[in-house]
Amino acid sequence: MSGPSTYNPKPGLMTWLDDRLPIIRLGYDSFVDYPTPRNLNYWWAFGGILTVFLMIQIITGITLAMHYIPHEDMAFNSIQRIVRDVPNGWLLQSMHANGASFFFIAVYIHMFRGLYYGSYKAPREILWILGVVIYLLMMATGFMGYVLPWGQMSYWGAMVITNLVGAIPFVGEAIREWLWGGFTVGQATLNRFFSLHYLLPFIIAAVVGLHIWALHVPGNGNPVGISVKTKKDTLPFHPYYTVKDGFAILLYLMIFCFFVFFMPNALGHADNFIEANALSTPSHIVPEWYYLPFYAILRAITFDIGPIDAKLGGVLAMFGAIAILFVLPWLDTSKVRSMRFRPLTRWFFIFFVVGALGLGYCGANNPDDIVFGGIKFLWLAQFLTFYYFAYFLLILPILGIVEKPKPRPASIEESVLGTSKA
Amino acid sequence: MKITRIFTAALAALGLSGAAIAAESNGHEVEKHDWIFNGPFGTFIDGDNNERNSVQRGFQIYQEICASCHSLNQLSFRNLGEAGGPFASEEFANPNDNPVVMQVAANWAYQARDVDTDTGEAIERTPRVSDRFPWIFENAYQARGTLGALPPDLSLIVKARSGGADYIRAFLLGYTDHAPEGVTVGPGQYYNEAYPGNIVAMAPQLFEDRVEYADGTAATPEQMADDIVTFLAWAGDPHMEARKQLGVMVLLFLLLFSVLVYLAYRQIWENVEH
Amino acid sequence: MTETNGAPDGSGQEPSRRDFIYIAAGGMAALGGGLVAWPFIDQMSPAADTLALGSTRVDISAVQVGSEITVMHRGAPLFVRRRTAEAITAARSVELSELPDPEARNENLPDGTPGTDENRVLRDEYLIVKGNCTHLGCVPLGLDENTGDYEGWYCPCHGSHYDTSARIRRGPAPENLPVPDYIFENDTTVKIGISGEEAAASGWAVS
Repeated sequence: MSGPSTYNPKPGLMTWLDDRLPIIRLGYDSFVDYPTPRNLNYWWAFGGILTVFLMIQIITGITLAMHYIPHEDMAFNSIQRIVRDVPNGWLLQSMHANGASFFFIAVYIHMFRGLYYGSYKAPREILWILGVVIYLLMMATGFMGYVLPWGQMSYWGAMVITNLVGAIPFVGEAIREWLWGGFTVGQATLNRFFSLHYLLPFIIAAVVGLHIWALHVPGNGNPVGISVKTKKDTLPFHPYYTVKDGFAILLYLMIFCFFVFFMPNALGHADNFIEANALSTPSHIVPEWYYLPFYAILRAITFDIGPIDAKLGGVLAMFGAIAILFVLPWLDTSKVRSMRFRPLTRWFFIFFVVGALGLGYCGANNPDDIVFGGIKFLWLAQFLTFYYFAYFLLILPILGIVEKPKPRPASIEESVLGTSKA
Repeated sequence: MKITRIFTAALAALGLSGAAIAAESNGHEVEKHDWIFNGPFGTFIDGDNNERNSVQRGFQIYQEICASCHSLNQLSFRNLGEAGGPFASEEFANPNDNPVVMQVAANWAYQARDVDTDTGEAIERTPRVSDRFPWIFENAYQARGTLGALPPDLSLIVKARSGGADYIRAFLLGYTDHAPEGVTVGPGQYYNEAYPGNIVAMAPQLFEDRVEYADGTAATPEQMADDIVTFLAWAGDPHMEARKQLGVMVLLFLLLFSVLVYLAYRQIWENVEH
Repeated sequence: MTETNGAPDGSGQEPSRRDFIYIAAGGMAALGGGLVAWPFIDQMSPAADTLALGSTRVDISAVQVGSEITVMHRGAPLFVRRRTAEAITAARSVELSELPDPEARNENLPDGTPGTDENRVLRDEYLIVKGNCTHLGCVPLGLDENTGDYEGWYCPCHGSHYDTSARIRRGPAPENLPVPDYIFENDTTVKIGISGEEAAASGWAVS
């Protein structure tokens, strides 16, 4: 952690423990006396919110698993039994299903915050990469979890996504059969998805541990993007940020609870209340909302690119959209972290956020339908896909060189107090 | 803080787009109906003494009309007498003792399927309160063979159709005597304005005075549609009342909690510039 | 294996027998790790009972000309369509060069067989194909709902059109609907999923 430890155990038991297993020292240095920039705004609260939601998902998940049956003939009915007959089962199920959505809302805000304030830049590259790893694991976990209720969307969502693997040249079909454990999505698939869905959150928790470790080496970034220089720039994490994060967590929980109790199915699909049927595909397959932007990118590639056919091209574009995040720290050439001081880039960023939401909107709609004025959703999705990649591959590298940043304060203290204009 | 406002708008858009997708996907405009169970405080209670009259009438319609084709697989007779159910009664907390529920089970038009434990033969017997609602058909194949199309199970029908209760109501009232020009309606098919694709295998069911309501309510098609849909909404979401009640308590708790934490936050940060 | 210096004393000597032993030992560790991992990876492949669910017999006596049935085979749908004379003519009048996928995709015939209609059916009237779109696995709609622009099948998910020989004609699907291995046991029974012996006597041949 940054700086020498300030933990001072009381003589007796605490000192005895500290000499043998300094776990209380670790907690004290990490979450009590940890020096935190004094100017963090509420966008920094989403790390804490995400921790809370990981715990909510694990606890509700373990308890649901006590009643859920991963069998193709019983899975759908076992969820109905949980919701109807298991004491408070309806509450656990609603928290878990909506918890996934709110987990993703928080992670998207957390990521956009990182993009805006340049949280991925040196010396926090590893921190950012670990975050992308967590995001990927979340997507895998969420996908497999959505299969478990074994409704029509579960089944056909699994069918469509696993079929994407078939696009890999030569070995695709063998891998697909290996994933399925059969000749189509079926019992073997459901059972292994359940096993992995149970496992992955614990791996996420472990990577979150690394993520926090990597955070505590350089310390938090902050809205002005100036590194911490003196003790005056920081405040101890407790009580300043425990109380601030706590307040933000409570507000977020209130929105979450509104969904859990008053509109538990608003973020789901009606088709998933129909049991899976291998003979009939729903007329309109859509993934969960949090995958929609990537689904739109997948469908935007309707043309062959050289030797790559459209199907493989779509798959590559979709995974490329996430893979590009891994190299982002080296694509952005600007030394200035916060976009507060990058007047031009800031506008491109805002359009990037709008574009990402727009891709989500395209993903929810039929590509051949009309957005407005004769423009097909497909064309909009293709334009926004282009912008998505251009933002990382053209805009950030070029603007970092050509843009003239605004003058920045000399320190966090100066930006906060407006003093010491030496 | 302009960026803060943009982020907030983005968050709102994220939340809304999810809801919008749910409402849009059917593509059909459906008339919004003012259900008694709508909103954070809506319940199935519509009587002066906490009775659930509409759900009870709806159950009568299921029993007398729908059950001759449609299953109600996820429900048992006992559910009728459980908390929030149509015949829930404070006097009989255990639905097994509820005389109304016992009578419904004993007089059900179809027998429960069971196995004779002495001979191992398949038998039929009078349903018990703990049994699932028996279906007229042995299985889905028989239903499809007899009717030409498989009637969907009704336990989750309100949740399983986009548009929900409004759509089911519009569907039940959406039959027209004559199809529009140029639309061919084959034998055993009917034209329905609300149904996606408009051609449906289910015949219109709700005619004036098709049932004689036990409580004397006039059985107009609209009244019957409202009642059966209210019953089906309950069937799909039997803990709705408990859910909303707990929700109000939880939100009040969180509100009070967050006010206190906010005050603590103000106090702790009082002399800190940030 | 080029070598820097494996000797623990770091004296920078030539690769010696000691280095070889260290490298060989490390290699054995990697090999052992791989061998141990293999059963854990391979357990996910289709199990013996899944593979054994091989054959399905389909009674086609009730299938009228111009109609079709959908049956389940190995947990997935399979279309059996009894085609009209016009449909057969339409399928046979297509040039191979018009096909996005010119291969027969017939499990009874060698890979690379040309995708003529003759190479996709055993008896002209009966077209039997697997019922999952080759794009992303949805079940295409058929005679009951929507046959698409080529009078075959239409996949509602991403708009693939198949013709009367279930060959892809337009849309994102990369391949024709595959023909499963089957034989006619007699005039009214089709057996899907056949043994090598049956295959030899099936009458399948490249035309």
